[in-house]
Amino acid sequence: MQVNNGYQPKIVAFCCNWCSYAGADLAGNNRLAYPENVKIIKVPCSCRVNPMFILRAFQRGADGVILCGCHPGDCHYTSGNYYTRRRMALLFSMLNFLGIEKERTRVEWVSAAEGAKFAATMNEFCETVAALGENKRLEDLRCKR
Amino acid sequence: MQKVTSELLVKKASELLENGTVTRVLGWKKGEFSYDLTPAVFESGEELIKDFVFSDFSGANFSKYLIKETKKADGKVLVFLKPCDSYSFNQLLTEHRFDREKVYAIGIPCEGMADVDKIKKNVGDGIIDIISDGDRIVVKTLYDGDKEIAADDVKAERCIVCKSKKCVAYDELLGDNGEVIDSERFDEVEKLEKMTDDERFAFWQNELSRCIRCNACRDVCPACTCEKCVFDNPKSGVENKAISDSFEEKMFHIIRAFHVAGRCTDCGECSRVCPQGIPLHLLNRKFIKDINEFYGEYQAGAEIGSRAPLVNYTLDDIEPVDAVKKGEADNA
Repeated sequence: MQVNNGYQPKIVAFCCNWCSYAGADLAGNNRLAYPENVKIIKVPCSCRVNPMFILRAFQRGADGVILCGCHPGDCHYTSGNYYTRRRMALLFSMLNFLGIEKERTRVEWVSAAEGAKFAATMNEFCETVAALGENKRLEDLRCKR
Repeated sequence: MQKVTSELLVKKASELLENGTVTRVLGWKKGEFSYDLTPAVFESGEELIKDFVFSDFSGANFSKYLIKETKKADGKVLVFLKPCDSYSFNQLLTEHRFDREKVYAIGIPCEGMADVDKIKKNVGDGIIDIISDGDRIVVKTLYDGDKEIAADDVKAERCIVCKSKKCVAYDELLGDNGEVIDSERFDEVEKLEKMTDDERFAFWQNELSRCIRCNACRDVCPACTCEKCVFDNPKSGVENKAISDSFEEKMFHIIRAFHVAGRCTDCGECSRVCPQGIPLHLLNRKFIKDINEFYGEYQAGAEIGSRAPLVNYTLDDIEPVDAVKKGEADNA
């Protein structure tokens, strides 16, 4: 991917073990390209992601954070992603309230069969974040050693 | 401003101490000046007569003190609850933080508290005493003699937009119970929402950069009752104020606000105790406003045992991407 004269944003993607991580796997199996600067962190369920994880990622210098989970209704643990949905709605709304660009955060529901969607989402998200440039507003210089 | 007098409360408390209903009384104690009251535990009638004060500066919310006080000894603790305190009281009961049986609660009406900082701004240095007299406040100063100001001009921000004059928890009520008020407390939040990202960021940067991480907001917050707090973790690398202060400016306050989201009763203690005058209540109000808009009206502490919105869900909740957009669409 070539945007902003080679500037590559750092993207952290939290993927749930049952749907989205398998979706990422499928994207790989199908040889669908998505940016290599997307770092995937596998979590047992999207609701394992404490809102602090997302802040921590930004603190450590991520430029964008995306959280992927099973589609609502398809959670392996029945209801995990419903809690995620509420938490992230409030957290993202608060980050926006504090003046953090809303394009830097995203929740996407990706099933195990949606390899193409995973790749397309990551490409698109990466481009959006690259256009915004580096995340200066939530970084912590102490954590950037 | 207050209709209930110190004498009435002292009389009430002394009676209850004497007849053995309670063994200790939580109350506001005289400080160095008449306007810097300290929370204290009183154990006898004499102590009460000597030091107990209820005035326009009795802002402190005692709900949180009950957690430790009820565990210290046998016998009941007497606590005076202003309407906003009673919400915190209920919320702590919902979370099973103290034993209701060990508390005797007296609900008292409140006419709104005065903000010392506003008075200081209004009058200047050298304040030695502040006496409230109806809707006027007389400020005695060292250099300029007495000064009189209107009580409404120095009312605390949280009392101007008071959400409720109704005590929701008590064993006994002094005076009449008030009503829940349809207040304009979200106006300030809406004003911020209408700004652009850059303006909002500049606003918060300006406010939060003053933070000295004294942790007063956390220590006073009735919703912050974890036995072990994340901010005290010495391994986090951010437990103290450091040379680079970007953590305080953003993360500390986002994390704190999120931890109390859905449980915050909007008592406004965080802003009252902030030595730097940061409007921290705006962060909590943003969450309350969002919760009301996304998941239906919810007032934490209005009733015991209500299910907090963050530990609840419905099948057709708003998607995060729409939630963020919603605020902007409303303002367009």
